[in-house]
Amino acid sequence: MKLTEEMLSALPDARGHFGAYGGRFVSETLMDSLMTLEKEYLRLKKDPEFQRTFDEDLAHYVGRPSPLYFAERLTRETGGAQIWLKREDLNHTGAHKVNNTIGQALLASFLGKKRVIAETGAGQHGVATATVCARLGLECHVFMGAEDVKRQSLNVYRMKLLGAEVHAVQSGTKTLKDAMNDAMRDWVSNVDDTFYIIGTVAGPHPYPLLVRDFQSVIGRETREQSLAQAGRLPDALVACVGGGSNAIGMFYPFLTDESVQMYGVEAGGLGIDSGQHAAPLCAGRPGVLHGNRTYLMEDENGQIAGTHSVSAGLDYPGVGPEHSWLKDIGRAQYVSVTDDEALDGFRKLTRVEGIMPALETAHAVAYALKLAPTMDKDQVIVINISGRGDKDIHTIAQLDGIEA
Amino acid sequence: MSRIEGVLKTLKGQGRKALIPYITAGDPHPDQTVELMHTLVEAGADIIELGVPFSDPMADGPVIQLACERALKHGTSLRQVIAMIKEFRSTNDSTPVVLMGYLNPMEAMGYEAFADAAADAGVDGILTVDLPPEEADEVAPLFTARNLDAIFLLAPTTTDDRIRSISEHSSGYVYYVSVKGITGAGKINVDEVAAKVAHIHEITALPVGVGFGIRDAETAAAIGRVSDGVIVGSVLVDTIARNQADSDQLKRALTDLLHPMREALDGLAS
Repeated sequence: MKLTEEMLSALPDARGHFGAYGGRFVSETLMDSLMTLEKEYLRLKKDPEFQRTFDEDLAHYVGRPSPLYFAERLTRETGGAQIWLKREDLNHTGAHKVNNTIGQALLASFLGKKRVIAETGAGQHGVATATVCARLGLECHVFMGAEDVKRQSLNVYRMKLLGAEVHAVQSGTKTLKDAMNDAMRDWVSNVDDTFYIIGTVAGPHPYPLLVRDFQSVIGRETREQSLAQAGRLPDALVACVGGGSNAIGMFYPFLTDESVQMYGVEAGGLGIDSGQHAAPLCAGRPGVLHGNRTYLMEDENGQIAGTHSVSAGLDYPGVGPEHSWLKDIGRAQYVSVTDDEALDGFRKLTRVEGIMPALETAHAVAYALKLAPTMDKDQVIVINISGRGDKDIHTIAQLDGIEA
Repeated sequence: MSRIEGVLKTLKGQGRKALIPYITAGDPHPDQTVELMHTLVEAGADIIELGVPFSDPMADGPVIQLACERALKHGTSLRQVIAMIKEFRSTNDSTPVVLMGYLNPMEAMGYEAFADAAADAGVDGILTVDLPPEEADEVAPLFTARNLDAIFLLAPTTTDDRIRSISEHSSGYVYYVSVKGITGAGKINVDEVAAKVAHIHEITALPVGVGFGIRDAETAAAIGRVSDGVIVGSVLVDTIARNQADSDQLKRALTDLLHPMREALDGLAS
């Protein structure tokens, strides 16, 4: 399907649907808040004052635009297409997540909410939320699966230093999905004074819309930078997909550019056949969770399945509804790489370019390393380096048998 | 007239209020659910809300989350829950049963297959926590066609426009969530509930059941005074958790909890 600007501007529709996906599947208590948020966001989206504040914060607080860097040595060693890196890891707080938290915290301020909650997996979104809350003087509560609190202890401490209260979630599988459940439970209990900053392009409408809008700065910059620096549009975009916010931010401004191929890389864990993975687009089916209809990992009875990934940020059984739509219409391709391949990607980028990616990002790197040799020398691949790997040193060291 | 409508109409004629207990199917064990449903009826239940366990019960507090975990540990599926109701119906043809749960297990089963099986088993109503009427246009006609009542939630945050449109999509009764929060949490404010329920009654002719925060005979009576029925959940589920080791003691404990509520509600009629 050839997408046009007109088609894209009609999505999501008034009910928050991207084709069969998205929507607003929440308990009644939250409906009024979501409808108010939608109304206010659509108004502020056109408000020059709001947009100017957002753009200035991205420039002077986040440090945008982030560079588009030609990975010359990696390209030479890999063979095939030129590999370029969109350096979201250089943003303040070390990942793309802050683009969204700046935007949503601004929304919270405009709506007069003084208390902020967030869910987090790897802790990057939690840190990015705690950071903007510190800056704006907002009370911040971060929900994080108890398992992830263990895996990402450095980020937990960062959040505490920033003044956030971190709630270790003990229910279910003690990972990102359970953190999101508990954040929803907190929200329903404190709906009057609380703004929920969702970290990805999932959740009930209007979250997939507004998170995509805030993250689209990644793709807009990449488009300009690629034309200016590489002299052409990218031939392929590669981004990791957990909930899918860095991927949609990269893909969205290119959707009408037919020549640009898009690859969303899911966490293959121990391999798709093992069942131990977090790849709903590759191996799941549509269902309803966390306020939206989307591809999910579930059993035959509709119970949400446990997931596995070496990277906490991808360890989620669902995905943003717009990705589900892009998959079905064939505009983007969704693939997976295993834990081991991602670790190889991490080591390769670290050793060859001196850039240590987050384990989430390493999935995109690993896939790009397979893709590049199948393409021509004059073609361009852009990998979205969505975050830096400092937070993962402990995990890598443990895998290497080193007590860090 | 649906079974739910019939029961609520009869109660109204007698000046009585409905006692609507909730338990999670499969908790503490799938083999015990039908027996517990009969116990609830003997203790005074007018309608039973039977929870379908879900792995991610986002609107529920810890008590019902744990009940879901216990039920799922024994593999309780939606199909099995429907089979339990069929078994219950073999000896009870009068007490309405409402299935309460989350959308995904129904979606996974297939809406048409689910609606067929539920109607065949003698289910009377469906309450899906995460399905507002806006998203129900595919499902609701399947329910209506099979005489299954679609029961939707109203909340303290629900605007008048929504009360109106939600009521238009509902049949049987509407479920008013008395507190901003999850199941089992918070203190119910009787005056606030009274004012809101009176307001809902001005907008819709449907009976209004009130749930969340009703833990004893005193609150049951206070809420019964201003509504058409009280829904009692977490305190029952907590009782199941505490008495799961001994099924006779469990039945006694449930009866001891419900019976005073029944008496307090019936005391309002005289």
